[in-house]
Amino acid sequence: MKHLLSTENLSLFDAIRVLDTAEEMSAVGEREVKKLPALRGRTVVNLFFEDSTRTRISFEAAAKRLSADVINFAAKGSSVSKGESLKDTAQTLAAMGADAVVIRHWASGAPHRLAATDWIDAAVINAGDGTHEHPTQALLDAFTMRRHWSQVNGIESTGADLKGMRVAIAGDVLHSRVARSNVWLLKTLGAEVTLVAPPTLLPIGVEHWPCKVSYNLDETLEAGIDAMMMLRVQGERMNASFFPSTREYSRRWGFDDARLRALDDLGMKDTIIMHPGPMNRGLEISSAAADSPRSTVLAQVRNGVSVRMAALYLLLSGDSREAAPNLSQSSKETN
Amino acid sequence: MAENTYLIRGAAILGGEAEDLLICDGVIEARGKDLSAEDATVIDAQGLVALPGMVDVHTHLREPGREDAETVETGTRAAALGGFTAVHAMANSNPVADTAGVVEQVHSLGRASGWVDVRPVGAVTVGLAGDQLAELGAMADSRAQVRMFSDDGICVHDPVIMRRALEYVKAFDGVVAQHAQEPRLTAGAQMNEGAVSAVLGLTGWPAVAEESIIARDVLLAQHVGSRLHVCHVSTAGSVEIVRWAKARGINVTAEVTPHHLLLTDELVRSYDPVYKVNPPLRTDSDVQALREGLADGTIDVVGTDHAPHPSEHKECEWAQAAMGMTGLETALSVVQETMIETGLMTWADFARVTSFTPAVIGRVADQGRPLEVGEPANVILVDPAARWTVDPHKMATMGRNSPFKGKELPGSVVATFFKGHPTVLNGQLNTPYRYPAVSSN
Repeated sequence: MKHLLSTENLSLFDAIRVLDTAEEMSAVGEREVKKLPALRGRTVVNLFFEDSTRTRISFEAAAKRLSADVINFAAKGSSVSKGESLKDTAQTLAAMGADAVVIRHWASGAPHRLAATDWIDAAVINAGDGTHEHPTQALLDAFTMRRHWSQVNGIESTGADLKGMRVAIAGDVLHSRVARSNVWLLKTLGAEVTLVAPPTLLPIGVEHWPCKVSYNLDETLEAGIDAMMMLRVQGERMNASFFPSTREYSRRWGFDDARLRALDDLGMKDTIIMHPGPMNRGLEISSAAADSPRSTVLAQVRNGVSVRMAALYLLLSGDSREAAPNLSQSSKETN
Repeated sequence: MAENTYLIRGAAILGGEAEDLLICDGVIEARGKDLSAEDATVIDAQGLVALPGMVDVHTHLREPGREDAETVETGTRAAALGGFTAVHAMANSNPVADTAGVVEQVHSLGRASGWVDVRPVGAVTVGLAGDQLAELGAMADSRAQVRMFSDDGICVHDPVIMRRALEYVKAFDGVVAQHAQEPRLTAGAQMNEGAVSAVLGLTGWPAVAEESIIARDVLLAQHVGSRLHVCHVSTAGSVEIVRWAKARGINVTAEVTPHHLLLTDELVRSYDPVYKVNPPLRTDSDVQALREGLADGTIDVVGTDHAPHPSEHKECEWAQAAMGMTGLETALSVVQETMIETGLMTWADFARVTSFTPAVIGRVADQGRPLEVGEPANVILVDPAARWTVDPHKMATMGRNSPFKGKELPGSVVATFFKGHPTVLNGQLNTPYRYPAVSSN
């Protein structure tokens, strides 16, 4: 792995390796001193062309826990807003010696451009591009699911995949990079995915995706699921006639209190409720669902740091074919 | 006298039997076996195919306004090298070619360059804004003698404006060339809508946005009894609609670009904006339907939609990039690759779709004529056995945005005769044609 641009081309081997490395990173996060020297002297640039405080601070925390130097480059208030091109920005970062660029961009494919051109030689991590992909989000979701699924099945999570796990993803799939990255990664890991959305919010061509598609959330729940992932829906979508009103959306496709109760009634005691955040409480998810013991929302945030540490570590630390070294060993040195 | 006399020896005329052509003072003076002419410059054309000079119905020369992208001079050099002797310069310059003044400017720039006939296309509506007819009659009566009108780049989407334009151009035997793109269905569109756009997360440009406008326009053309030309048809459904319209006797012609005959939206997976074009690259089944449509005459002509852009408009994010590809210097090779090497067409068919019919659609005098005695000597010599690798940096166009970069293609233009003068010899630019001085005018 030279870059992490998408989950579509991520092999099962690489996916498991990232997740396993994240397990080790997670152990670091539980210690009093949450820091490893692994990337000391390396420079990680967070290049954000789109506001996303959550993702940026998650990457920033990840890089700092690995002792990397972090530069935050926000498009707003920088020369980018004065019309500097992506090419010039990339070459500037290259001249400053960036080892990795974590890029968030409103344009689909922008990270691919950085990786494919000779503008910059750094490792590129896609931190969300347009409506294309958000691979670290999918990896942290998979990490969260894997911990839960292995616990349910009474097995060790390290080395495990998601074979047999039934995952429903509901919401604005058309505009969701999270949905795309999750569909590819969950398929690779062996989970069974069902997308649930109004037909207007599914892309033409979704029939070619390796998943089932449903327009009916209740039927999907009744069929049995192990994880319910709700996607953020922008209320403004109704202005473009994707759905008639936010209330109608909530009734048909929102995870409301009645559907939360339905999980109990259907006997699905181990089903978790996920959301990549930020949530629209009352639109795609009710407060009761978001705050219920089934909710993994905060675990996802926590796991995000571990997964991003793993991604940075694997891309920046030498021979990527080797398994992660004994991190507990190096952590002792830090202490 | 002798310097205007060329004896082409043994060229396969339209790919048929090898014969000699004697060109003198701009006219084909003789055609036959073993011709002789004293003092003629002899060109050995053994193994070469002689064709009528290609006529492009769809070229963006960018001048006036975007001389950083292309000028009439550079664009027509590229045209001559590509085997063209006439090009139609699209109206989306700045200022827009919506007045007699602008079309006459482009016309005279073309004459001053002297590489090909430059036929300005007039805008249908003022400023391409789609709400008020431009002075079509004034452009028709100008020295540029405009016969083709188009808002290309933008669709004349208002059905009433389109109807009026179709009706109005009948007064001077004009044609409306429509860029068929329903604007509401393509707001923010980035690529063909389908399996690939779903994965890439790029806003889709659905086939229906093209097909619905073509369907409307052929019915309008039938209703008012006028002549419609459909620019850059790109979908299988469009081919079906045009086929249906022709079967009903509607006076419609259609064009396909070389890139739509060869490339598909799978290339967009690279996010390389060199593949960004409007209408977008479609699917393989569309490509096959376009080839069949061109072969069976449903699609009448090949038009390049040559659209040069400065490099900074392509060295960026996909969504930021300009739409368009260069095409003048690769058109012949791509059509040979897709239509002739596949056995779908002969060189005689090639002459029909790249020269005879385009000249008729554009009402271009002295172009697209048969290679017969007494006809104007707009002739090209093609080496069909040549193979070459496309290098945009070696092209005469200022645009480096060729989607065929690095591709090996068949066929090369060895010579281009424009009005009897060799603008291209041995595959290299020679000298431009110089118009005789006119005392008045």
